[in-house]
Amino acid sequence: MTKMDNVTHFVSRRSLLKAGGALVVSIGTPVAFDTVLGIGEAFAQGAKPPLTPDQLSSYIAVNADGTVSAFFGKMDMGQGLFVAIAQMVAEELDVPFKAVTVIMGDTATSVNQGGASGSTGIQMGGKQMRMAAAEARRVLVEMAAAKLALSADALTVTDGVVHAKDDASKKASYAELIGGRYFNVQLDWNKEYGNLLYAPGKAKPKDAKDYKIVGKPIAREDIAPKVYAQEDFCTDVRRPGMVHGRMIRPAVAGAVPVKVDESSIKDIPGARVVWEKGFLGVVADKEWDAIKAAQALKVEWSDAKPPFPDQAALYDHIRSAAVRKREIGGKEAGNVDDAFKTAARVVEAEYEWPFQSHACMGPACAVVEIKDGNVTCWTGSQKPHFVRNGIALTLGVPAEKVRSIWVVGPGSYGRSDADDAAMDAAVLANAVGKPVRVQYTREQATGWDPKGPASIHRARAAIDASGNVVGYEFTSKGFSRIDVNTNGGAPKDTLAGQLRGTELKSADGFGVPAESYEFTNKRLAWETIPPLLDRSSPLRSAHLRDPVGPQIHFASESFMDEVAAALNLDPIEFRLRHVKDARDVAVIKAAAEKAGWQSRPSPRKDQTGNKVSGRGIAYAQRNGTRSAIVAEVEIDRASGKIWARKFTIAHDCGQIINPDGLKHTIEGNIVQGVSRTLWEEVKFDGKNVTSIDWMTYPILDITETPEAIEVVLINHPELPPTGAGEPSIRPVAAAIANAIFDATGVRIRRVPFSPDRVKQALS
Amino acid sequence: MARMTLDVNGKAQTIDADPDMPLLYALRNELSLNNPHFGCGLAQCGACTVHVDGQAVRSCVTPVSAVGSGKVVTLAGLGTPEKPHPIQKAYVEEQVPQCGYCINGWIMTAAAFLNQTKKPTDAQIKEALTGLKCRCGTHMGILRAVKRAAAMMG
Repeated sequence: MTKMDNVTHFVSRRSLLKAGGALVVSIGTPVAFDTVLGIGEAFAQGAKPPLTPDQLSSYIAVNADGTVSAFFGKMDMGQGLFVAIAQMVAEELDVPFKAVTVIMGDTATSVNQGGASGSTGIQMGGKQMRMAAAEARRVLVEMAAAKLALSADALTVTDGVVHAKDDASKKASYAELIGGRYFNVQLDWNKEYGNLLYAPGKAKPKDAKDYKIVGKPIAREDIAPKVYAQEDFCTDVRRPGMVHGRMIRPAVAGAVPVKVDESSIKDIPGARVVWEKGFLGVVADKEWDAIKAAQALKVEWSDAKPPFPDQAALYDHIRSAAVRKREIGGKEAGNVDDAFKTAARVVEAEYEWPFQSHACMGPACAVVEIKDGNVTCWTGSQKPHFVRNGIALTLGVPAEKVRSIWVVGPGSYGRSDADDAAMDAAVLANAVGKPVRVQYTREQATGWDPKGPASIHRARAAIDASGNVVGYEFTSKGFSRIDVNTNGGAPKDTLAGQLRGTELKSADGFGVPAESYEFTNKRLAWETIPPLLDRSSPLRSAHLRDPVGPQIHFASESFMDEVAAALNLDPIEFRLRHVKDARDVAVIKAAAEKAGWQSRPSPRKDQTGNKVSGRGIAYAQRNGTRSAIVAEVEIDRASGKIWARKFTIAHDCGQIINPDGLKHTIEGNIVQGVSRTLWEEVKFDGKNVTSIDWMTYPILDITETPEAIEVVLINHPELPPTGAGEPSIRPVAAAIANAIFDATGVRIRRVPFSPDRVKQALS
Repeated sequence: MARMTLDVNGKAQTIDADPDMPLLYALRNELSLNNPHFGCGLAQCGACTVHVDGQAVRSCVTPVSAVGSGKVVTLAGLGTPEKPHPIQKAYVEEQVPQCGYCINGWIMTAAAFLNQTKKPTDAQIKEALTGLKCRCGTHMGILRAVKRAAAMMG
């Protein structure tokens, strides 16, 4: 094992709850509570209940020392989610925060709660953990009532000790009641797996007014181990007898090996080729030898026709491509076509967004070991439970024989290259009969990861003779966000599966703006087009942080500014005339107030000279969360260089669990959003992706960091918490675009706003 | 293959390796020092950064044979929770990293810079760190931490 088990606080207690031979406290719904207590220790010799979503033991265990293990089927990708989950569990159980350890993303200890997905860590995953913890407390109080011969109503809990409300000496600790044994309590599972999994018990969670731990800015405990080099990453997993693997990808996308000269690497110690149809990799005992073997191997590739259009023709391709699927978001209001027929004036615009890469900080890495028919995978994937399914199907073994263990990886931000690496490692390990560690190269990480889809967005507004907006239509057209699925759960969705011949099935998904603008006639739609290359494509599209959110809202919120400018109205005043949702209004007003917004139409007309500045607003909803952003930018007209100097954001995600974690998460969203807006674009030529490193896929540099990010948190303790991992990246691009327009009077409708493009637009 | 003795975190370590092999693989695979990370292999991101004689060096492009008698210090050798380098302390206090994969680059580069530059200006700090990568977008926190560490170092 890695040294992680022994060092990091939040995982170090992983081994405290030993499986096997443990006692079971059985309080299942089929048997009356009294009956169970009556038979008491007769159940004490049972094994742990099965790891199924309908068992309380699948989420919560009280260890022998009274500490609590919370088994979480999602994981923290670096935003401190595990702290928030521990807060929610500790709160409901009435134990100190420090008593709770969150154990994440191991298929052997947690059920499939969907992994890291759609900012649902707290919204869906936390909701379940909260209900499970509340149920655990209810059961423990019942057990104490029986032990103390008191009514449960007469009891309360302080720091994990159940005691009489009127006499603290009448008490029983959680450790005494169940420590080291397992709950055997049936939950009311909704029969869903993944994000939708929900299995409450009979307990009602606490009222927010009684919170002592939820809402507190508790610090992350995993930072010190990282900073003192005491915590290992997925890349650091080593297994006895492990060999190192490297994958070999073609120079022309779609080409497959037709001849592989294994003798070209015969002098490299332990070097071996694994070749199956389009799948080609090498292994060697030493990592450096695997690198050399991958470079030295002579391969003849099939004569594939260059599959991609010229990069300059990308948006024309999208415009003219046949629509594979069209969908109207929600319901059309009124009659949009008629509104445009009778309009006095029409404002319209089209926006463009490129393919973008996850470009994780480190290329993906995975280790797979197959021993006695059991497969174990260590992966940085956001969705280890789906990786288990994917490996089972890839290798043709039952899923029960596969264990997938998430180990912190080099970032993720969606369906990155991590799932592909896990499958490649499984195929290699199966072929060579040894544990294999696959490490992708930087070229493979940026060049071959699934990409955020490129798209165009058309918007138009019908305006009547009095200057009122009477019709609004917004249509996105682009590559699907699920050309490959959001996880590696099936061979059709992974490079290994596609290269080894699995039939392909690209699915259709995009989205529409999430806002509450009310217009009498309104239609929001999306259209998807087929992929450029249908097999193992370096431009296959998939989820990238806030899937299709930044592109859609770049367009829709830029367009709202265009309409405001056409009507000579202040951009916020225009929005507030039409935004109907009260919480939306509140975030817009809060951001404006904090930023000191002065009401006036854009663009400003009081600037001359080379350096100009401007301000812009954009707002969006995302699955219940609202954020409004005011961006203040400076533009060097001569160089085209933009400095996104300051952001002011108002953020409402319902009930706040941990304000510090939330602030850090929002800051990261905004900085990554600036990067995607100003710099990020996957380049390609006819043959392949040519963005293959940090020079050819630049991201935001430290010298371009905003001077300030002001965060206004709007807390609604009375509401359920919603997500924060992605919503605030959504309005960033439009806020910047609107600020550029305010400063210059020039509207830039294509991302990224790189210096060359800005310079050209301003000239 | 050649036999070489490296001075790593104050300890002499003898390895047998291809002289052309980058120092990164010697540290990670021969000496089991996991903290320098592979990020690009191209000296473009900094995730592999270590100190050699006090200078921040990208170990992914430094041939192991070029290190000679240079004193190599990795993140594990920079400081401990009991005796931290100020930048490590500041990193924890500011809760900087998200995934944390990049931190060798920032911490080792900032440590070398701060050891040589007292009371740096904001512009000097940014210039010292330019080119390093952080994909999670923790830039704001990084700058707060480096300023905090600079203040601690007087």
